[in-house]
Amino acid sequence: MPSDAPHRESGAALLRSELWVLFRRRRTWALLLALAAIPILIAVAIRLSSSPSPGRGPAFLDQVSQNGLFVGVTALIVAIPLFLPLTIGVVAGDTIAGEASHGTLRYLLIAPSGRVRLLVVKYIGAAAFCFAAALTVVVAGTVIGALLFPVGPVILLSGTTIEVGEALVRFLAIAGYVMISLLGLSAIGLFISTITDVPVGAMAATISLAVAAQIVGALPQLEWLHPWLFSHYWLGFVDLLRDPVSWASFGDNALLQAGYIVVFGALAYGRFLTKDILS
Amino acid sequence: MTTIGDPDLAIETSGLTKRFGSQTAVNSIDLAVPRGSVFGFLGPNGSGKTTSIRMMLGLVAPSSGEVRVLGGEVPRHLPEVLPRVGALVEGPGFYPFLSGSANLRRLDSADRGAPSATRRARVDAALDRVGLSHAAGKKVGAYSLGMKQRLGIANALLVPRELLVLDEPTNGLDPQGTREVRHLIRTLTDGGTTVFVSSHLLAEIEQMCTHAAVMSVGGLVAQGTLDDLRRVGGSRIRLLTPDSELAIRVLARLGLESRAVPEPDAGYLVTASLARAAGAVAGAPPATPGDRPGALPVPEVIVAALVAEGIRVRGFSVQRASLEERFVALTGEGFDIAQ
Repeated sequence: MPSDAPHRESGAALLRSELWVLFRRRRTWALLLALAAIPILIAVAIRLSSSPSPGRGPAFLDQVSQNGLFVGVTALIVAIPLFLPLTIGVVAGDTIAGEASHGTLRYLLIAPSGRVRLLVVKYIGAAAFCFAAALTVVVAGTVIGALLFPVGPVILLSGTTIEVGEALVRFLAIAGYVMISLLGLSAIGLFISTITDVPVGAMAATISLAVAAQIVGALPQLEWLHPWLFSHYWLGFVDLLRDPVSWASFGDNALLQAGYIVVFGALAYGRFLTKDILS
Repeated sequence: MTTIGDPDLAIETSGLTKRFGSQTAVNSIDLAVPRGSVFGFLGPNGSGKTTSIRMMLGLVAPSSGEVRVLGGEVPRHLPEVLPRVGALVEGPGFYPFLSGSANLRRLDSADRGAPSATRRARVDAALDRVGLSHAAGKKVGAYSLGMKQRLGIANALLVPRELLVLDEPTNGLDPQGTREVRHLIRTLTDGGTTVFVSSHLLAEIEQMCTHAAVMSVGGLVAQGTLDDLRRVGGSRIRLLTPDSELAIRVLARLGLESRAVPEPDAGYLVTASLARAAGAVAGAPPATPGDRPGALPVPEVIVAALVAEGIRVRGFSVQRASLEERFVALTGEGFDIAQ
């Protein structure tokens, strides 16, 4: 029965399947819809109220009524401290623990998927969700902004003006920045997900860490720690709205997130490779 | 401990042990599953069957001892071994929000040895084989336990396998489903597949298997062909006589320990075991037919001795112990879950 030359697929099938399962789930759509609701809520609220007094509320809020393109960026500023980490925590915390709770982890492993490959595929899936989440906020914000408000050239933080087309490109870059910002948290979620078979526990722990990091980040007494927090550059994406674009925070952020991926990826690897699968 | 690596064995373990903290779930088992056999892995709940299976499949690392599956050492050669093994471990596990066929495609995509080009066709064939074609598009969350169990078996059959490990395969199935699974296992073995079935149900093992091993409290207490296991249980004599006290004395002289219970119409039923000490084959190679207890008297000698003493023999028979008696003797009766 065994074939003489064992057939080997590239292994992309598992990744395709992972993305397909992730983005076919109703829960994933619910999370993305909740994220899309944030810019919609902001835009509708501004449209219905009289012009907001400048200087109050999140940055860019006062600009929205003049230029609908700012809805997406405003929504990101609102979403990044809690809503985005919440959805990332759900997806990243579910990676391994969710499979364990369904009883599918053992069947994936004896298929055999290989433990390292499964871990990598799971992380790529979580990263893909980070991108989808950031993109959802930006796209939903831009669309609702264009529908409810006038759209025109965007005045940057440096005072210069760019055309709508270039503004849209910068918004895409911002979505990329936010995605990268969330990769460290995803790696933490993946690691926590390997230590438990209870997905809700892993989700809650990941989300709690995201909140804790920001609380620590707000305490001046712990300033020496701030550059090491994965949330340190989360709001740095506004640097992409300068002229010329200031890439420094983008680079620092990418480096910091890469560090988190290495450390927590290694921890997840060490834990998962030797774990007794009893689920 | 012997060195292992017999090519005729599909599964071979040596001193296989798993401890969880201070608990020993599996205690130094030496299992030998011949290729081409239908091997029953029998034992009460909590006797260490599933943990042993998990070690064979590389899900759990042994605390000590060795496992070889299809000639490859586990866990070192798992990537070569596992594609040739189909398994159902501790019940089916599926994504409730996906359909039956989508679940199988998902799990199949994890196997790099399973060609993507034929995935749909193979999934359809496996579903057809377990009689689930009509429910292929239904979400697994809406499946009954029996349907999930069938889907789990279909998952083990997605590609041709040399070895199937089925942990309680008929769990949750109705009698019709149980018959179908039995039939399926028979057709698989006709194709040369070795089937390793665990069960706590003796009748199931007795109907399907050529070989069996019995687990009790983490240890292997017996293994061999079904005939070997029955033989080791030994036979019993059943004597119907009104002269019970005298009969017991005569039997004692012959070295047989017997007891009498009142029997309507015949006076008493006197029974005595012709077995050697229990557990003679525990972990040892199967006994050969010539290896019968020599010290005990043959039946005709017993009858002659009884008649010579003037005992009224109203009935005499020798009964081979049923596998069930053997099973109970090895694992103990009752509902206490081990540990």
